[in-house]
Formats: sequence, C-alpha cells, structure tokens
Amino acid sequence: MHLILFIVFAGFCLAGAINLLLQSHPISSSLSLIVVMTSLAVLYLLLGAEFLAAAQVIVYAGAIMVLFTFVVMLLNAGREERTMGSGVARVVGFPAVVAGLAAVATVILQAQGLGTATLKDGITSTEELSTVLFTKLLLPFEVTSVLILIAILGAVALARHGDGERTAGK
Amino acid sequence: MNSLLAQEVPLSWYLLLSALLFALGVIKRNLITVFMSIELMLNAVNLSFVTFAHQWHAVKGQIFVFFVMMVAAAEAAVGLAIIIAVFRARATLAVDRIDLMKL
Repeated sequence: MHLILFIVFAGFCLAGAINLLLQSHPISSSLSLIVVMTSLAVLYLLLGAEFLAAAQVIVYAGAIMVLFTFVVMLLNAGREERTMGSGVARVVGFPAVVAGLAAVATVILQAQGLGTATLKDGITSTEELSTVLFTKLLLPFEVTSVLILIAILGAVALARHGDGERTAGK
Repeated sequence: MNSLLAQEVPLSWYLLLSALLFALGVIKRNLITVFMSIELMLNAVNLSFVTFAHQWHAVKGQIFVFFVMMVAAAEAAVGLAIIIAVFRARATLAVDRIDLMKL
C-alpha cells in the first residue's frame, strides 16, 4: 500500500514539476505547482508527519498559491517569451546541474543505514510536535511571528510606494 | 493484499525524489515562474527534512519544516510585492530584460 501510494504521488509530483517547466503560460505553471504541493502533502502523511501534511495544504496549496495566482491575474501575465537564454546558462549551467544531481544521487544510493518507511511506524502526532515547539523552541516561534509582521509591513510599503510615484508623476 | 500492506519504501527513494525536484527548479525565464521554481526548490528541501526526521525519529526536523513554511509565506508576500513594483516600472516580466537594479 505504501509502495503504491508512494509511486502514484511521486509520479504526480514529478509530472507536475515537469509540466511547470514546459508550460509557457504562468497560470498553467501555478496550477501545476498546486498539484506538486498537494502530492507532497500526501508524501508527508506517508512519512508520518500529519501536522505538516495539513499545514502544507493550508499554507502552500492554499495561501501562497492563491497569492501567486492572484498576482499572475493582476499583472495579466501573458505567454512567456522563448528567449534562448544566456550562453553561460547553456554551456555551464545545465551540465553543472546534471552533474550535481548525479553526484547527489550516487551519494544517496550508496548511503548505508537509511531505513525504510511503512504505513504503521513513526507517526509524529501533533501533540508531540507542539510540545517541543512550545517548550524548547518558543523563542524562535515568536521571532518568526515578528518576521511575518515585518514582511507584511514591507509588502504594504512596497505597494504604496508604487502608487505614490504614479500619482506624483501625473 | 497482506503482502501489499507490508511493503516498504526505502527512504533513499524519497531523497532521490527530493533531489530531482530540486534540480528541476532551474530552467524558467519569467519572473513569476522563476519565483515559483524557488518555491519548488524549498518544497524539495522540506521533503528531505521530513525524510530525515522520519529516519531518526526527530521531531525537531519537522518543526524546522514548519519554520521554512512560515518564512516562505513571508518571502512570497514580499517577493510578489517586488514583482508588482518591477512590473509597474518596466512593463515586462522577462528576466533577460530586467538587468538593472535601479528602477
């Protein structure tokens, strides 16, 4: 069962990621990214991370991707121009990525002591997770809330700045 | 059916999937899709974190993924605001045309 679920959703994941690269329209790319993130949530569930699976669906597939889709529609982003890119990217970049991927895959496949995952073992309950989060890691958690507040203020300031420039120009 | 239920998946497969997803996030030339690729790479790293947390039964690995999600949400808000500002100034989203820092 675990094997079947893994193969199906890993397949969805890879298909979504490849589709993200092949589509020339940003809205199709963002929809395939939603497919990738939702299948990753299932993979988290298979690995016993139940809270993270829920958070993945709510935060990534919900909030962040809605933001992306909204911006794509707001900017009326059309078909992507097919530039061939810089010569450096073609000559150095892509071979470097392939070589790096091959090296990482070799290391992973030769690694000893990596276990296996089944459906029954190693489920981390939300209670267990929150106990550690709210006792040992309370300070980083609170600092992150300040970070998000700063990010909201920054986003509002950036958007307002653009408006002010445009009206001043008129 | 019982043999199906008992089947195991090696954790190295999860790590391989994570590496593949990470490597796929490098090819786009549109500002918004470049940003989406960054999110894809963050997700790939998150999958590695969850895999290793499962391997060593470490809750802190999963909590780190939680922090990465929160930072990614903040980053998406600021990044998309910057994209909107750049689009207002340049009226293009192609990264080849946006080669000056000064707006």
